[in-house]
Amino acid sequence: MQLWERTAADVASLIASKEVSAAEVTESCISRTNEVEGDVLSYLTLTPEAARAKAAEVDSAVAAGDPLGPLAGVPMALKDIICTQGTRTTAASKILDNYIPPYSATVAERLYAAGGTMLGKTNLDEFAMGSSTENSAYQITKNPWDLERVPGGSSGGSASAVAAGQAPFSIGTDTGGSIRQPAALCGVVGLKPTYGLVPRYGLIAFASSLDQAGPITRDVRDAAIVLQVIAGQDPRDSTSLPSPVPDYVGALAKGIDGLRIGVVKEISGEGVDPAVQARFREAVQLLEKLGAKIGEVSLSTFGFGIDIYYLIAPAEASSNLARFDGVRYGLRVDGPDVATMNSLTRAAGFGPEVKRRIMLGTYSLSSGYYDAYYLKAQKARTLIARDFARAYEEFDLLVSPTAPTTAFKLGEKTQDPLTMYLSDICTVPSSLAGAAAISVPAGLSSDDGLPVGIQFMARPMDETTMLSAAYAFEQELGPLPKPPLWSTS
Amino acid sequence: MGIGREQVEHVAKLARLALTEEELTLFEGQLSAILEHANTVTNLDTEGVEPTSHSMPLMNVMRPDVIIPSIGAEAALANAPAAGDGHFRVPRILEEEG
Repeated sequence: MQLWERTAADVASLIASKEVSAAEVTESCISRTNEVEGDVLSYLTLTPEAARAKAAEVDSAVAAGDPLGPLAGVPMALKDIICTQGTRTTAASKILDNYIPPYSATVAERLYAAGGTMLGKTNLDEFAMGSSTENSAYQITKNPWDLERVPGGSSGGSASAVAAGQAPFSIGTDTGGSIRQPAALCGVVGLKPTYGLVPRYGLIAFASSLDQAGPITRDVRDAAIVLQVIAGQDPRDSTSLPSPVPDYVGALAKGIDGLRIGVVKEISGEGVDPAVQARFREAVQLLEKLGAKIGEVSLSTFGFGIDIYYLIAPAEASSNLARFDGVRYGLRVDGPDVATMNSLTRAAGFGPEVKRRIMLGTYSLSSGYYDAYYLKAQKARTLIARDFARAYEEFDLLVSPTAPTTAFKLGEKTQDPLTMYLSDICTVPSSLAGAAAISVPAGLSSDDGLPVGIQFMARPMDETTMLSAAYAFEQELGPLPKPPLWSTS
Repeated sequence: MGIGREQVEHVAKLARLALTEEELTLFEGQLSAILEHANTVTNLDTEGVEPTSHSMPLMNVMRPDVIIPSIGAEAALANAPAAGDGHFRVPRILEEEG
């Protein structure tokens, strides 16, 4: 097995035990990246020199016997919406084409401090608005399983990088499913933490009451290891939660026996592709075999999740993106007065989906429509949280497919925004409730041979139960096939 | 509920987006379709339900009133499309007195 094929946990332990050097691991991932990047186009910016410099630092620390961080020498890829000091950060938008952040996000700082070596910044839908990564202003990322299909989105580059063997792990952000859905479509693990567990400081904001950063990895153990590094309060994000961070890695072995697991009817049947449903039902049988008590639960408001989400998220986006005004950073298109300069700059700098969401959000916040749309959606959001709370009286975890279909063809859904929005039906409810969720590979569809993900949804701040169930499921299911691209070297 | 051309133009102005005729026409149709789908929400019974603006019950987050270092003017201006004399430059707002 080559070094680039290893998990983050393996790489860290090989380096710590001096079996391999951080430099060797970094070179392996850099050459693997060069080998397949032309096919998958995961990255917007590659930073091999910075990765080599960091690997050399780790190797010196190993030689000197200094204490090592949990990710010492582990290569990683960060979604290009996470600010990295001195490294261009675009949010895949032309409006930030030349933006060099003067500071790093909390998430990036914590990963560097843990010893992570950053290989580059990954592609996404512009400002994380999309479900296929086709809304990037720069390039179309391909699914490593089938280069004619999308990797999902918005963290499509982060998911494809991990699935194609370019990096053992990456960081994505999830507002309505943007970590979980691409992880499912690329056959890797994606974890959206409880809202407030991972500080948002330094994430370019899309919808502030929903955005969360989290790991995309090749297995559940790595997800626990990375979450352990990035979780915990930071006073620079006043919405980050003060609760202590539990031992996620230690909790993995707790198992699944005796857990009460509810299958959510509204997002597991109608509207979900039959082959995905079939794979999901087999996954549920496996959970039962492991000792879980399975029941079905009907949560009627989940059927409204997409509509609630697409009123709330664009409203917050329209407010957050007001900062792109051609004054402090990014593009400027000159005009005779400030208002004209603002309007010309934004028209030239934003792509179609971003404009559409700004328009939708501005409309639903505008005088006369606020009560009917935005306020109404916020009340409906309360109903979703109540439905979750009711379900958790009966169940410890809820499950559903992660996405209603496997990876779809490039261009298949770009003409009709509503069809694209429906890709998120399974993931938006836990986003609206602020709860934790993880997507774990459940095997391949018997229809098209593409990966299917199962989503575990937990109570807010109950990542430990979620991870232990996901881990037990993954161990029982056993190793899954790798994408065809895996064996090209 | 449909959204008319005049409203689309008004919203574009509020959002400071100089949209083309083609974009205005496209968004008129698309926003109407999205809002029509969203009408399922407007029909939900939310009588007496409090709105959720935020999923976690954090209130009045306070910090000690102490000065902490910040990035400084030079770094803050480094990404500006136009800057000078330690300030951001923008098009003239006030007419010169004549």
